[in-house]
Amino acid sequence: MTATEMLAAMEAGTTTSETLVRGCLERIEKLDSDIGAFLSVREDAALSAAREIDQRRSDGKPIVALAGVPIAIKDLICIQDEITSCGSKMLANYRPPFNATVIEKLIAADAVLIGRTNMDEFAMGSSTENSALKLTRNPWDVSKAPGGSSGGSAACVAADMVPISLGTDTGGSIRQPASFCGISGLKPTYGRVSRFGLVAFASSLDQIGPFAKTAEDLSLVLDVIAGHDARDSTSSPQAGIKSKDLLGKSPQGLRIGRIKECLDGGVQSAVSQAIESACQEFAKQGAEIVDVSLPHLEYGVSTYYVVATCEASGNLARYDGAHFGHRSNDATTLAELYETSRSEGFGAEVKRRIMLGTYALSAGYYDAYYNKALKVRRLIRDDYRNAFQKVDCLIGPTSPTTAFALGERTSDPLAMYLSDVYTVLANLAGIPAISIPCGFDENNLPIGLQLQGPAYADAELLQTAALYQGVTDWHVRRPA
Amino acid sequence: MDLDIETVKKVAQLAKLKISDTEAEQFRVQLTAVLDHINHLERLDTESVEPLANVGDLTNALRSDSVTPSLAREAALQNAPKQDGDHLLVPPVFASEQK
Repeated sequence: MTATEMLAAMEAGTTTSETLVRGCLERIEKLDSDIGAFLSVREDAALSAAREIDQRRSDGKPIVALAGVPIAIKDLICIQDEITSCGSKMLANYRPPFNATVIEKLIAADAVLIGRTNMDEFAMGSSTENSALKLTRNPWDVSKAPGGSSGGSAACVAADMVPISLGTDTGGSIRQPASFCGISGLKPTYGRVSRFGLVAFASSLDQIGPFAKTAEDLSLVLDVIAGHDARDSTSSPQAGIKSKDLLGKSPQGLRIGRIKECLDGGVQSAVSQAIESACQEFAKQGAEIVDVSLPHLEYGVSTYYVVATCEASGNLARYDGAHFGHRSNDATTLAELYETSRSEGFGAEVKRRIMLGTYALSAGYYDAYYNKALKVRRLIRDDYRNAFQKVDCLIGPTSPTTAFALGERTSDPLAMYLSDVYTVLANLAGIPAISIPCGFDENNLPIGLQLQGPAYADAELLQTAALYQGVTDWHVRRPA
Repeated sequence: MDLDIETVKKVAQLAKLKISDTEAEQFRVQLTAVLDHINHLERLDTESVEPLANVGDLTNALRSDSVTPSLAREAALQNAPKQDGDHLLVPPVFASEQK
């Protein structure tokens, strides 16, 4: 069932939250030893919350937006007093003293927090293989990666363990796993969802967003988690949204831009074909498809891996063995404490990125790398502004390929980075982007199409996605 | 443009990371490959382009200078590996002299 269907069933009295939660727990019990999506499951807390919500419902108390619906949370969103490890040994025992704003909002909406999902360490990765804690497998083919960094959050929805989950997206970490796992995932406009309580990777790029099986469910979750938050100084005053209002209506006079640079080769042929079919489907529904260029697309990965790593080198400086997190026993001086704690606590990819960022910010290199990347960032954002003068949204593949095999790219960091080529641009420009299923390749691996819209057009994007899902059934297919 | 091993070690020191010689060489190879790719940004003429650091629509999101409740000290210290109720405890900055 989708979250929307669960709400309707609870409303109609044909099920209860407790029943639904038990169902999730059973599926997790049955499937997760093979999939590895969850780091921890809050069985008692979830059942207790479900029972309370059921009681409130039968007492006739007002029902809020997500009442009784189970949701899984990526492990870098702080839940008070519960281990928030960010997939890292550095924070393996860290218990935040506060809830993230999105958690407060989910609790106020009576969502039932089921558990914490696996991720690439500190959100750095595109396959979830960089988790220091466990391996997550793609439910469609367990020899394949689920994508990353929100691999656990994607896998648990794809495997029907929970109807919805939260992930985060800095360079594609919601959209790419959604694509690999055959589900829907949204990266909202930058500033729409509060980052208070989100463990920071790259502060000008990070956004929290939902995974679900339908655009309708994404809309449901977005409307709950979005909103201005004074505790996040990058939170937009116009952050609040009621995307649900737009979803029931069909878009009129839709102009969709097919990104030319995605047709330049380097895309798996089944993926190109699926995107072309999707364009034809949109055309059948009355949309006008035009070719549009993002001239600086090829510079996106480079720009991203400078900006993100520079910001990360600053954000991860707080892990020092003193304030929280892992502390080395081998240090006799303060400098040693920092060096040994950090070296023991961080995995290789995290170290690599911190070093890249430190280098790019260091004296003599700052202009050539960091400042240069920020200038290219403006060019990329301008590309989008130009494109959106001609079209309402852009269409293209989320990723050049379907899910790659576990272990296939782990020894080649650059190959791993290049899988983000189509997703990083939206984070650099701060615009909303969504990935929805649009087909399968010859190995029955899911293919995702990405829609990108102007800043604050999250509702319109969801509406366009819902239009496609109304006339296709890719999003309904489930792994065996 | 190959990074040299000294630069890798210097960067590790700046980042407060302790790496072995083997790790340093591995990072040297990997970071060189990534930087080689990144260097194509040089091709772009950005002479008259202003850097863009913040894609949000806000500048100077300020709040009024008034005292509001914040995290209690106990809560703030609760994850500190070594603390005495008031302070975080750390080893001395300078190595001890022989006793």
